[in-house]
Amino acid sequence: MTENGDATPLVVLEGVDKHFGSLHVLRDINLTISRGEVLVVIGPSGGGKSTLCRAINRLESIDGGTILFDGRPLPEEGKALARLRSEVGMVFQSFNLFAHKTILENVTLGPIKVRGVAKAQAEQRGMELLERVGIGAQAAKYPAQLSGGQQQRVAIARALAMDPKMILFDEPTSALDPEMVQEVLDVMIGLARDGMTMMVVTHEMGFARRAANRVVFMAEGQIVEENTPDEFFTNARTDRAKDFLSKILTH
Amino acid sequence: MDDLIKYAPDLLAGFLKNVQLSAVCAVLSLILGTVLVSMRVSPTPVLRAAGTAYVNIVRNTPLTLVLAFSALGLSDTLDVTFSDDPGSNSFWLVVLGLSLYTATFVCEALRSGINTVPMGQAEAARAIGLTFLQSLTMIILPQAFRAVIAPLGSVIIAMIKNTTVAIAAGYLAESAFVMKDTFDDTGVSIPIFLGIVVAFMIITLPIGFLTGWLANRLAVAR
Ligand SMILES: Nc1ncnc2c1ncn2[C@@H]1O[C@H](COP(=O)(O)OP(=O)(O)O)[C@@H](O)[C@H]1O
Ligand SMILES: [Mg+2]
Repeated sequence: MTENGDATPLVVLEGVDKHFGSLHVLRDINLTISRGEVLVVIGPSGGGKSTLCRAINRLESIDGGTILFDGRPLPEEGKALARLRSEVGMVFQSFNLFAHKTILENVTLGPIKVRGVAKAQAEQRGMELLERVGIGAQAAKYPAQLSGGQQQRVAIARALAMDPKMILFDEPTSALDPEMVQEVLDVMIGLARDGMTMMVVTHEMGFARRAANRVVFMAEGQIVEENTPDEFFTNARTDRAKDFLSKILTH
Repeated sequence: MDDLIKYAPDLLAGFLKNVQLSAVCAVLSLILGTVLVSMRVSPTPVLRAAGTAYVNIVRNTPLTLVLAFSALGLSDTLDVTFSDDPGSNSFWLVVLGLSLYTATFVCEALRSGINTVPMGQAEAARAIGLTFLQSLTMIILPQAFRAVIAPLGSVIIAMIKNTTVAIAAGYLAESAFVMKDTFDDTGVSIPIFLGIVVAFMIITLPIGFLTGWLANRLAVAR
C-alpha cells in the first residue's frame, strides 16, 4: 500500500484499560475499525460497551493502552480534543438534544460555533439534513415537542452536520417505544449504505444482519468474540455468547 | 398625613436614589455571580477553589461587615476612590460592597440551576466539539438561568431591602437615611412609615410578579 490515507484504519485501540475505582471496566481491548466499516457491539449490560464508545471520543479517559484516531493518538485536552470530538459524531441512548434550542438550532450550533460556518449556509445544510432524516417539517419546534423516534433522528442529523469521519451510536433505539425503532434504524441503514464509518452498540439483530460488516461481543470488559453478523448469530463460538444470544432471542 | 406631604420631595429623592442603587447592584451582582458560578464548575482546580472560598467567606460574613470593609478598608486604608465627589464616591463603595455580597447568592442560585440540567446536555455539547466555556455559556447556563428565575428574583428583592442596611451603616443618603431624618424631626409617624413601606413594595412586588411570570414562560420543557 502507498501513503494513501484510506489504507490506514480509522480507529486503532491497543491494550486499552479502564477502571472506575476498583471496577475494571475495559480489559486489554484491542480493536481496529476500518474506514467505511460498520461495527456492531453487542453484549450484556454492564459489560463496558458504553465506556468503549465514550473512550473513542474521549468523553471517558483511559488508564492504559493507546487509542489512535486517523493515525494520531487522541489529544488529552483543550482545543485539540474539541477538534477531535467534532470529527467523531455521537448519538446517545437518551438523545440529549439541547432542550432550550429549536430543532434547526440543534443541528446548526456545531457548524456555526465549532466550524465557523456562516449562519445562512449552516441553516441551509441543516434543513437538507433534517429533510434527509424526515424531520424537515419540525425544524422550528423544540425537542420536547417531538416523539422519541423523531428526536433520535434529529440527533443523527446533528451529528451529520459536523461532517464527521465516524459516528458512535450508544444503544440509539433502546429508549424508544417499539413502533419508533424502525424509523431510526432505517436512517442508520441509509448511512451505512452511504459508506459512513459507524460503531453501533445495539441488540437489534435485524440491523446487525442488514448493515454490519462485523459484530463484536463484549462481556465483563473484554472482547469475547468477533465475527461476521451471520456467523455470530447462527454459529456463536463461545458459551458466553451463546448464553447471551439465547436470552435475547427468547425475548 | 400632612407630614407625608411635607416630606414627600425628600422621600421621593431618596427613593429614586434607592432605585438607582438597586438597579446598578442588580446588574453587577448578576454578572459577578455568573462569573463566580463559572469558576465553581470549571475543570481548573485553582479556579474552583478560589470561587468556593470566595462564596463561602463572603456569603457567611454579615453584610454590615462587608460594607464596612468596602468603606473603611478600601476607601480609608487602601485609598481606593471611584470619584472625587464624596457623595458619589460613597455611592460606588456601597455598590461595590453590596454587589460583592449579593453575587455570592446569585452564584449559589445559579449553581442549583446547573444541577437541574441533565448531564447529557453537557456531554452532547462536548461531543460536537464545543469547548468547556462554549458548553457553559451556550448550553448549561441558559438552561440553568431559566430554572432559577424565581429564586433569582428573591435574591434581588433581598438585595433591594439590603440597600437600607447600607444606609443604616451610614454611607449613603437615600430612603432610609431620609427616613431617619424625617423620624428625628417628626417622631415616628405612621403615615410616613407606611409610605416608605409602600415605596419599597412598589419596586419589589413587581419584581416578584415579573420573575414568577418569566419563570413559567421561559421554563425549558424536557
Ligand atoms: N461514571 C461511572 N462511574 C463509575 N462506574 C461506572 C461509570 N460508568 C459506568 N460504570 C460502570 O462500569 C461498568 C460498565 O458500564 P458501561 O460501559 O455503561 O456498560 P454497558 O454499556 O455495556 O452496559 C458498569 O458496571 C457500570 O456500572
Ligand atoms: Mg451502555
